[in-house]
Amino acid sequence: MKPILETKKLSHIYSAGTPFEHGALLDVDFTAYRGEYLGIIGHTGSGKSTLTQHLNGLLKPTSGQVLFEGKDIWESKERTRQTRFQVGLVFQYPEYQLFEETIYKDIAFGPRNMKLDEAEVDRRVRQAAAFVGLPDHLLEKSPFELSGGQKRRVAIAGVIAMEPSVLILDEPTAGLDPVGAASILQNIHNYHTAKNATIILVSHSMEEVARTVDRLVVVNDARIPLQGTPREVFAHGSELEAMGLGIPQVTRVFHRLKALGVDIDPSVYTIDQAKAAIMAALKAHGRPGQDSGPSVGKGKGAV
Amino acid sequence: MAQSMIQTQDLRFSYTALNGLAPVVLDGVDLEIQEGTFVAVLGHNGSGKSTLAKHLNAVLLPTGGKVWVDGMDTVDEEKLLDIRRTVGMVFQNPDNQIVANVVEEDVAFAPENLGIPSEEIRNRVDEALAMVGMSEYATHAPHLLSGGQKQRVAIAGVIAMRPRCLVMDEPTAMLDPVGRAEVLSTIHKLNKEHGITVVLITHHMDEAAQADRLVVMSRGKVIADGLPREVFCQVEKLKSVGLSVPETVELCWQLNQEGLDLPLDALSDEECADALRALFD
Repeated sequence: MKPILETKKLSHIYSAGTPFEHGALLDVDFTAYRGEYLGIIGHTGSGKSTLTQHLNGLLKPTSGQVLFEGKDIWESKERTRQTRFQVGLVFQYPEYQLFEETIYKDIAFGPRNMKLDEAEVDRRVRQAAAFVGLPDHLLEKSPFELSGGQKRRVAIAGVIAMEPSVLILDEPTAGLDPVGAASILQNIHNYHTAKNATIILVSHSMEEVARTVDRLVVVNDARIPLQGTPREVFAHGSELEAMGLGIPQVTRVFHRLKALGVDIDPSVYTIDQAKAAIMAALKAHGRPGQDSGPSVGKGKGAV
Repeated sequence: MAQSMIQTQDLRFSYTALNGLAPVVLDGVDLEIQEGTFVAVLGHNGSGKSTLAKHLNAVLLPTGGKVWVDGMDTVDEEKLLDIRRTVGMVFQNPDNQIVANVVEEDVAFAPENLGIPSEEIRNRVDEALAMVGMSEYATHAPHLLSGGQKQRVAIAGVIAMRPRCLVMDEPTAMLDPVGRAEVLSTIHKLNKEHGITVVLITHHMDEAAQADRLVVMSRGKVIADGLPREVFCQVEKLKSVGLSVPETVELCWQLNQEGLDLPLDALSDEECADALRALFD
């Protein structure tokens, strides 16, 4: 896979030269590959938000480089500007950033800034609205008439309408119930597949990233101590817990099950994997009539 | 009525119609909450759970039915102050609940408004900060605290009014796992050690699992009410209203679909691992 966004020895020091000097990022080498679905996890204050704000040039490195498609995004004013169009950033609680009279105008704000012609703006607004499941008839309404979850969709559509090749979302499901969260994640997934876009999902829900991403980057104490597939990362359970992150509940259960003497691979992190692992282990264990239904596995009764 | 902390009887509420349509948010809720219990209210967005919370200290008044707080009818204007002193509210976003530039001044804000003598305020502020474990931050600036710490300051601000009941509307929704754990253990401590009745509105299954009692709402009605382990056993019902169950229960339930017979009330990691282990005996 080819890198699309990279940081090289990126450091960011807040309030440098004052008593409040604080290194939010220290010599960070980060890579996002073209077309991947990447998760960034870290607790509050780990530096993950500082990192994401560098990826589209909202923050300027104290030292080190940010590269988009191999070129330093601070090389020229024009390059910085183009990077901001190409790398879309959806903040936490983006619904507080809506400001236009109608949903249509709010979604159109980004594309109009890109100086696209009206026909193209219109196409993009409608397509972005469709991606997040906003029906056409809502577009002329005020965004302030919508529910919180729908407002968030409008805000996400506003970034999608710029058709960024990298879409970064900071906690896009915070405060939503399971159905709302699943539906927003599905919208993001649809954009990912339709445009072959790179998605960077910032989250502190382990269960959520476990279900969603291809690769995980863990930010802790201004550095990246762990990265890899969810399976690789969640194998470091105790380290993650020491970072205040924790691992998915099924993974914890499996670690315990292994400790109880059951011969099972504890690196599962989704319900489906856990289910498959249990069924396979039961088969290997040689339970008679494994496939024949309720007569088996009488739980505690079988002791 | 006087025995229960909170009682609702056929509680109904619709927002005033702007366009002729008045959406019914609460559709006949009967609840009785005894003093000292820890009740979690679970529901999807729009289920009416926040609207219910706002009825519990007369922020909203019923359009039908009744709400009593410690025996006081919430529509009785003369009792309004007493009702608000009995039930304190904590909301989702700590930043919206903090008004002062110093932690202890923020906690003192409500008692000052009640016209309490300053010595007494001092006592209450110190006590409230101690109860939420924030004494050492008394003179700090709230905006430099973490989310969990800010929310604990907001809770202290409510505690300083000495309420007997706390109603919390998703107090951990905006916090990271560390902040959530801090706030939850604070809430449990207030309940267990100080006997404060807690009504916790949440959509975190693990928070709901720790309550004494779990009430599930959907479309303005209570659809399940009981011990968390009893309620979570109703996996199909919860799924049908767009709620999920803890991963432990979900795993056991899915395995049961494959023909196994696991107990669905294995809520904790330990219980679930034990139940799974028994399969291999």
